[in-house]
Amino acid sequence: MSGDIGLWAVPLAMVGGAIRVSTPFLFVSLGEVITERSGRINLGLEGTLVFGAMAGYALAYMTGSPWIGVLAAAGAGAAFGLLHGLLCSLPRVNDIAIGIALMLLGTGLAFFFGKAFIQPVAPDLPAINLGWWSDLPQVQAALRVNVLFIIGGLLAVALAWMLKRTRIGLTLRVVGDSSDAARALGIRPARVRILATGFGGALAGMGGAYLSLFYPGSWNEGISSGQGLIAVALVIFARWSPVNCFFAALLFGAAGALGPALQSVGVTSGYYLFYAAPFVLTLVVLIASSSKSGALTGAPRELSITK
Amino acid sequence: MTSFLTRRRFLSTTAGLAGAATLGGLGRPARASGELTVGFIYVGPRDDYGYNQAHAEGAAVVKAMEGVTVIEEENVAETQDVQQTMESMINFDGATLLFPTSFGYFDPHILKVAPNNPDVRFEHCGGLWSAGMPANVGSYFGYIGMGQYLNGIAAGHATKSKKIGFVAAKPIPQVLLNINSFLLGARSVDPTIECQVIFTGEWSMAVKEAEATNALADAGADVITCHVDGPKVVMETAAARDCFICGYHANQSVLAPEKYLTGAEWNWATVYTDMVKKTMAGEPIDNFVRGGLAEGFIKMSPLGPAVSDAARAQFEDTKARIMSGGFAVINGPMKDNAGNVVATEGQAFEESDVALESMGYLVEGVIGSTS
Repeated sequence: MSGDIGLWAVPLAMVGGAIRVSTPFLFVSLGEVITERSGRINLGLEGTLVFGAMAGYALAYMTGSPWIGVLAAAGAGAAFGLLHGLLCSLPRVNDIAIGIALMLLGTGLAFFFGKAFIQPVAPDLPAINLGWWSDLPQVQAALRVNVLFIIGGLLAVALAWMLKRTRIGLTLRVVGDSSDAARALGIRPARVRILATGFGGALAGMGGAYLSLFYPGSWNEGISSGQGLIAVALVIFARWSPVNCFFAALLFGAAGALGPALQSVGVTSGYYLFYAAPFVLTLVVLIASSSKSGALTGAPRELSITK
Repeated sequence: MTSFLTRRRFLSTTAGLAGAATLGGLGRPARASGELTVGFIYVGPRDDYGYNQAHAEGAAVVKAMEGVTVIEEENVAETQDVQQTMESMINFDGATLLFPTSFGYFDPHILKVAPNNPDVRFEHCGGLWSAGMPANVGSYFGYIGMGQYLNGIAAGHATKSKKIGFVAAKPIPQVLLNINSFLLGARSVDPTIECQVIFTGEWSMAVKEAEATNALADAGADVITCHVDGPKVVMETAAARDCFICGYHANQSVLAPEKYLTGAEWNWATVYTDMVKKTMAGEPIDNFVRGGLAEGFIKMSPLGPAVSDAARAQFEDTKARIMSGGFAVINGPMKDNAGNVVATEGQAFEESDVALESMGYLVEGVIGSTS
């Protein structure tokens, strides 16, 4: 049955879009939360995301298993993250500059090694159909939820708990808030930061694998439209809270689906404006939630942007 | 495959300084007579299942020709970058025939570089060359809209919902002609069919193309085609939503053989070998070259297994009529989807009509708008 669902197509597409498009934002921003909580910024995650997309697709194609692809993407991402962490631990090295360098390196390497994998078709990650209760193909399509999305949602809760309740979380927060206090407690801040950046890179790589292995589900050089960079901004937007990252990612995905959905129900003019919706939304929320005293509430005090 | 990007970028910046110091003393590399270096410039990757691949396939045929050296550079932006690439192909590789293939390379980039290099021939795909522009610049294009009309016929027979979909990049004349042709082809089967168009605003933006395809499927479209640089994402997403697909730029049937009806493909090998032959023989090339199915500028993908016998008959019949020349997709009386008259009674725009290359409307039956 392919019924005409009229204007309901818009909210439905936004729900579907939120689920489909948000996952890369979610993974990159969760990883970056952990990195930034330790007092470092990794701007190179865009490059890690693109490299992860390539590595995931290539390995999935060569082995026939998308899960091996996801693991490879996570491994490659961790390597990029560890490299960033190590380089930034050298004296007088700026983490922002290293991040930009690694972003260009990651994209360049991905294009170089990815040449051979543009044409082949790799197996996709499986999806769970949560729309079985509906006869409408539109609803079924919107609620085809990928396993990585669910993993991302659970991970957000788990990381929030970890930061708040566990020893590892406490260590991360101490290192992020004061290197001196951490050293007094016998913690080595450099080591914690290297590991945290490695973890962040691994998650960003997995976000890339989602792009190439599920949605849109193929590798090409234009696969990322800046998700890695936007996700870094989302972390600030989410006030360094993993659970907030989840909602911020959903919001961004939904806003991104607005443009195509409105055109599909006949609201055809001004689509360039609707495509800017996610960015307008960010500005509005940032302005609405800003205040003189609390603008950086929740920000780790060792971050180079807050120092 | 080697990437020319880093090497050439490096050369163009470092050697550019050296060249300035010697003030042209460097000179162009000498070429034995009867030898020709041809440069191809692409806006995206050469193997994108789309626009760039179609050109690269033509370049590959040229590469096999006797006495021809082909140099290629991909991922060159439609900015100052392409001017540097052209200059370095001319000055460091000795290219005397250039094919900068992307639409946005023409104005202002080619028009700026060409007057400084009067011995080099610039051939641009899709530009509208007109008298007064540099004489060493030419433009070529194919009547690909005819291919979309034939796509439309296959789509018109296959659609059950009487709604077909089009994922479009930007509302430029060539894209609008394709959308209109796709719908009018389908309406030649059933005049109640409508075509929903979604513009992504970008030539290549994978996630947005996938979202647009999903939105079309949600709106009930059951045959989908596109005009973006790399149709792979649209084709795969549409097939996954159980829609039939019509290809564009190149043959995408391997992506979903059961769902692929047919496709409008470029056949640049014809154009490129002809131009290279003429250049080597010292013969002039027209500044304005156009051609369609009959001239071998475009071709259709073989019809897929889902195409019915009735569809096949109408497809082949129409194709034969197009091949015999003078076929018109826009036939009066016709209105655009805002109600304005675009062709009066008895007025017909044949495939070769230059007026079609400045099309600015969507015909009645297309749901969408150009701004």
